[in-house]
Amino acid sequence: MAQMRYREALNAALREELARDERVVLMGEDIGVFGGAFKVTEGLLEEFGERRVRDTPISENTIVGVGVGAAMTGLRPVVELMTINFALLAFDQIVNHAAHIHYMFGGQARVPLVVRMPQGAGHQLGPTHSHCLESLFLHVPGLLVAAPATAADAKGLLKTAIRDENPVIFIEHESLYGVRGEVPEEDEHLVHFGRARVAREGADVTVVGVSRMARTAERAAQTLADEHGVQAEVIDPRTLRPLDLDTILASVAKTNRCVIVEEGWPHGGVGANLAALISEQAFDDLDAPVARVTGADVPMPYSKPLEDIAYPHEPQVAAAALALLGLAPAAGAGRAG
Amino acid sequence: MPTQGAPSPLEPPQQQSSARALPEREVAREWLQTMTLIRRFEERAGEMYARAKVGGFLHLSIGEEATIVGSARALREEDYLISTYRSHGHALVRGTPPENVMAELFGRVDGCSGGRGGSMHMFDMRRRFMGGYGIVGGNLPIAAGIALASDLKGADEVTLCTFGDGASNQGTFGETLNIAALWRLPVVFMVTNNQFGMGTALSRHSAVTDLRRKGESLGVPGMRCDGMDVLDTHAVVAEAVARVREERRPVLVEAVTYRFRGHSMADPEQYRTKEEVARWRERDPLPAFAALLAREGTIEESERQRIDEQAIARVDAAVRFAEDSPFPAPESLYDDVYVLDSEVRGRYSLETSADRAAEARAAASAADGRGAPAAANDEIPQQLTDALAAGEERV
Repeated sequence: MAQMRYREALNAALREELARDERVVLMGEDIGVFGGAFKVTEGLLEEFGERRVRDTPISENTIVGVGVGAAMTGLRPVVELMTINFALLAFDQIVNHAAHIHYMFGGQARVPLVVRMPQGAGHQLGPTHSHCLESLFLHVPGLLVAAPATAADAKGLLKTAIRDENPVIFIEHESLYGVRGEVPEEDEHLVHFGRARVAREGADVTVVGVSRMARTAERAAQTLADEHGVQAEVIDPRTLRPLDLDTILASVAKTNRCVIVEEGWPHGGVGANLAALISEQAFDDLDAPVARVTGADVPMPYSKPLEDIAYPHEPQVAAAALALLGLAPAAGAGRAG
Repeated sequence: MPTQGAPSPLEPPQQQSSARALPEREVAREWLQTMTLIRRFEERAGEMYARAKVGGFLHLSIGEEATIVGSARALREEDYLISTYRSHGHALVRGTPPENVMAELFGRVDGCSGGRGGSMHMFDMRRRFMGGYGIVGGNLPIAAGIALASDLKGADEVTLCTFGDGASNQGTFGETLNIAALWRLPVVFMVTNNQFGMGTALSRHSAVTDLRRKGESLGVPGMRCDGMDVLDTHAVVAEAVARVREERRPVLVEAVTYRFRGHSMADPEQYRTKEEVARWRERDPLPAFAALLAREGTIEESERQRIDEQAIARVDAAVRFAEDSPFPAPESLYDDVYVLDSEVRGRYSLETSADRAAEARAAASAADGRGAPAAANDEIPQQLTDALAAGEERV
């Protein structure tokens, strides 16, 4: 094991896969000379040259489309979109083409493309630069969606994504780039898609946290244990498509209670989807309704005090868990806004 | 803004004998055969649409055969061709059997996209026909990506990317031409200027109507060909392909042409006059080329007749093949959403595959009796349906 930052783990994954497979090519805005807006690709241009590490114009839809065409004809492109906010410009290529070409053309073509992008609020960037949009991508058949919360998963999932034959939306988090974690050192550290990480075991309540919210959930679980004697089981799905529903259902069968924590909006969100699945498939296991802690249902405000209350923090997660256990008032406990 | 009903500023190029030299006899004959096949195929596709054998939208290439054949025949086998939602002719010119193209229109399992794509989404990987695309301008970035792969593999393949005049206003046009010029990608961009973006005339949708110039500020030089003349189209596109292959930089070719039919079958064509269509029909590329070949002694009149009969027979066979091909099985509904390897864990979709197959079968039996449409397609204006049923040309 090595201590590594999340961004360094991603960098290592890219470096290893570039070295392993000459079909891998990186494209994105400022990923080369500049080293990446978040320094994820630092040093790769120098090591692999400008044919394989390509700075692009600011043309998100076209960059993704170039990735689609290159993937159809034998390359394994990894496209970096500077942030998830700009992926909205590329939705045509992502949904109409990357996701659907394999199906639409009767299985003749494959699109082994990875589109990487960070999401997240917290840096006072206002409504257009603070999105958490996992659920938009999760919605689309044909896409795989990964959202690693740890350095180890960042590396292992990215390596798997690059080797997968399907288009992968790889959602990083701006606030996780500097976070350190233990990362296995071997070259073949792969994390398979569709396997949730049980971050902490517990028998009283299941807390599912997505992306950065997996860490928030872990901290809330520590508070629940230290201050309330409540043992929360924290599950990080790691990939949202495919989804390891079995691990979540097994946990709910044990705890009979579930809180889902996500940074994105509540309507049609990851939690809405997961709550529906749990109530459809584990209704008899539940002793209380599934609770959600989500971002506020508003565009992200700039002003710091407003931004702070517009996405979830540990106290709201802990309060939601306690409310499910009848240890705290239920009304509005879980909502960030 | 021009007033409604203003005459189209673009009159057809003057009728003329092509200034271009004829290719060898066998080559010329094959071009005529393929143009004829496309024409007859499209006519039958329209009839089949009127009989509700074909669903959805149907965009026909009648009038654009010289543009299709002249440009595609400038390619080598290993070169790529990528097209739009008006793509039956592009599949046929690449050698996809008409049987499989018709079966795709019929939504059958033997369709060239397995019945998943329909008219707008033809595909033939083996013949390097990289697809029809339903989104205007959506294919341009993909063409650049294909060319990037060729470039990185060290292959000297060229990609020919066709799109309409309407697509030249999409963001992907500027973005893709820029990146292709910047990265020196081997793409021939061919704007098939058929004078209309759906029902909006060129002068009403593009500030610059000299489309070959639209790439200049992006570092992409332009050329123009008479898209009603297969020889001129071939000569110009062949020059473009050679330049691109040699110089490793993109070129834009404007092919000036005209579609004789509506944008799709559901188009009452109120945006143009019958007289305008008639003027362009005088330049119909198919009889013009046939007449030229007869004048030059390349083919006899009887052979011209035989080529037409063969095309009709082939299209008849394609219709029979499509009729006989089964619809895809309900259990196949979820096939090819993902490439699944041996180790699959987790839910790619919301149900297990066994559940999905059972559900699909149940849904199919529930839908029984209202599945295949029996009546004429009510998407078509009635007068068009009548005209097609009577075998008339609509002008």
